[in-house]
Amino acid sequence: MRSRNNAIEVAGLRKSYDDREVISGVDLSVGEGSVYALLGPNGAGKTTIVNILATLLTADEGEIRVAGHDVRRAPDRVRASIGVTGQFSAIDERLTGRENLRLMADLAHLDRATVAGTVGELLERFDLVAAADRSAQTYSGGMKRRLDLAMTLIARPRLIFLDEPTTGLDPRSRRELWAIVREQVADGVTVLLTTQYLDEADHLADRIGVLDGGRLVAEGTAAELKRRVPGGHVSVQFADAATLAAAAASYADATTDAEALILQLPNDGSVAGLRRVLDGLDDAGVVGVTVESADLDDVFLALTGHATEAPATEEISA
Amino acid sequence: MSTAYTVRDSATMLRRNLLHIRRYPSLSIMLVAQPILFLLLFVYVFGATMGAGLPGQAGGGDRSDYLVFITPGILIMTVASVALGTAIATATDMTTGIIARFRTMNIARVSVLTGHVLGAVIKTVVSLVVVTAVAFLLGFRSDAGLLDWLGAGALLVLLAFALTWLTVGMGLAADSVETASNTPMFLMILPFISSGFVPTDEMPWGLRQFAEYQPFTPIINTVRDLISGAPTDSDLWLAIGWCVLISLLGHLWSRRLFLRVPAQ
Repeated sequence: MRSRNNAIEVAGLRKSYDDREVISGVDLSVGEGSVYALLGPNGAGKTTIVNILATLLTADEGEIRVAGHDVRRAPDRVRASIGVTGQFSAIDERLTGRENLRLMADLAHLDRATVAGTVGELLERFDLVAAADRSAQTYSGGMKRRLDLAMTLIARPRLIFLDEPTTGLDPRSRRELWAIVREQVADGVTVLLTTQYLDEADHLADRIGVLDGGRLVAEGTAAELKRRVPGGHVSVQFADAATLAAAAASYADATTDAEALILQLPNDGSVAGLRRVLDGLDDAGVVGVTVESADLDDVFLALTGHATEAPATEEISA
Repeated sequence: MSTAYTVRDSATMLRRNLLHIRRYPSLSIMLVAQPILFLLLFVYVFGATMGAGLPGQAGGGDRSDYLVFITPGILIMTVASVALGTAIATATDMTTGIIARFRTMNIARVSVLTGHVLGAVIKTVVSLVVVTAVAFLLGFRSDAGLLDWLGAGALLVLLAFALTWLTVGMGLAADSVETASNTPMFLMILPFISSGFVPTDEMPWGLRQFAEYQPFTPIINTVRDLISGAPTDSDLWLAIGWCVLISLLGHLWSRRLFLRVPAQ
C-alpha cells in the first residue's frame, strides 16, 4: 500500500470526541513536493486532521503515514520530518524575534557554529531585520505570522503543515505569505494547508480536498472541481443603459446589473456556446467581455448543498 | 530518539526560562520580597515578645534571639515562595501557542519542564543568598562554619527541587493561571504550622502532632542545626527522605500531565 512518492498517506481516518464524530472516514494522499489544500468551513475537521498528522492528537481509527512513518508507532520520526504552523501563533512573545529563531535552531539541534548565520538569513528573508531585537509581543499580526513560519522553516522540514496560515491577515501580509509558500514549493517541500478561503486554495494548491462535516466530499485539482459544477458565465460590460437594455431583451436567460452596466449570460464553457453569445452582441455598445468559469464558492455550494460559512474574505487579486 | 537530546534540550529550555526572568523581573522580585517582608515583620513587630518566650534562654530571649530562631523558617518560606511563582510561570507558559509547537518537534519533551525546574532552582539560590544577607544585616550571627552553610544550602536546593517539581505539576493541572496561583498557597502556610516560628511543644494537642510530623519540620530543624553550628540529628535523614520523595512524586506527576495526549 505504501507509496514511495507520497508524503502523506491516510486511510480510513476516524476521530470522535465523546459521542460526536468529527472525522468520519477520511482517505487522503499527498504526493511529495506537491501542495494539498484542505478546504472547508469552520468545524469541518480541518484542524483535527492536521493535529492528527502532526502527532498532536491520536486518531481513533485509520492507517496514517507521514513522511513514510507511522504516526502511532514512530511519532518522533514524524516530528523530525515535519514543520507545523498553526492558526494560533506559536511564538514565544516574551522573547525577541531573533531569540525565537535561536530557540528553534537549538531545538532542531542545528550545528551551533552555523546557527547565528542561519538566523540572520531568515530574519532577512522574512523582512524582520529591523524588528529582530524587539520583543515579539510588539509585532503586528503579519510579522508574527512571518516569524512563526520562519521558526517552522529553520529546521528545513521536507513537509510542512499550514493550518489556516492567512486567517486574520491583511491582504498584503497574505500575499507575502503566499509568496513564501511558493518559494518552499519551488524548493521541493511538500505542503498541506487548510483554508476556508477558496481563492487561497485556488492560488496555492495542486490538489484540493473539500471537507464538510468530517468527510471529504470532493477532491481534485481546482480546474477539475470547477468542471464538476455545471457552467460558468460570460459577463458583458456595456457603455450605457440603453444598449444594455436592448441586449438584455434579446437574451431570455440573462441577468442584468443595471448599476454596473453588466449583462451576465450563462455559459457551458464550449466555443459554440460562446459564439452564440457573441453573435447576438452589437459591437458598438460593448466595452468589454469576460468569460468566467465557476469559482470555488459555486463549487462548494454545488458539492455540499450549502454555502461556506466562512467570514467574508478580503478581495485579493494575485 | 527524542531522549538522546535530553541534556541539550533541557539546557536550551533553561536558557529560554532565564531570558523570561531577565525580561520580566517583577514576578521574581516580588517572590523574594515576600519572605524578606515576613522576616522584618517577625523580627521588628513580634520579635521582642516572641524572643522572651523562647525556651532555653536564661530570663527569656530578646529580639536577636528570635531572629536566629526564625531564620531557618524564613529560608524555607523563600524556597516555597519561588516554587509558588513556578506554578504561575508553568501555567502561563501552557497557555501560549509555543507549547503546541514544542509538542510537534522531535525534542525531549520533558525538557520543557526541566527548563522550568532548573530555572526555578537558580532563582531560589539567588533568593536564598539575598534573604540570608538581609538576615545578617539585621544582626544574625552564628558559629556555623563554611561546611555547615554549604550543607544547609544543599538541603535547601534539594527542597527547592522537590517543591518545584510539585508546583510544576500544579501549574500543569490548573485550568487557569488564577488556579495555579492559588493551589500552592498552602506551601506558604505550612511553615507556620511547624517548628519554624514557635517551638512546637507549646502548640495544642493535634496541631502539635501535625507540626512535628509534617515534612517542613525536620527540614527546618536540620537547617537550624546547620546554620547555628550545632550537630545534626536524625532529622537530617528525615529531611532528605521527604525531599527525595516529594521530588519523585512531583516529577512523575508533572511528567504524566505533560506527556498525556491532549483530549481536544
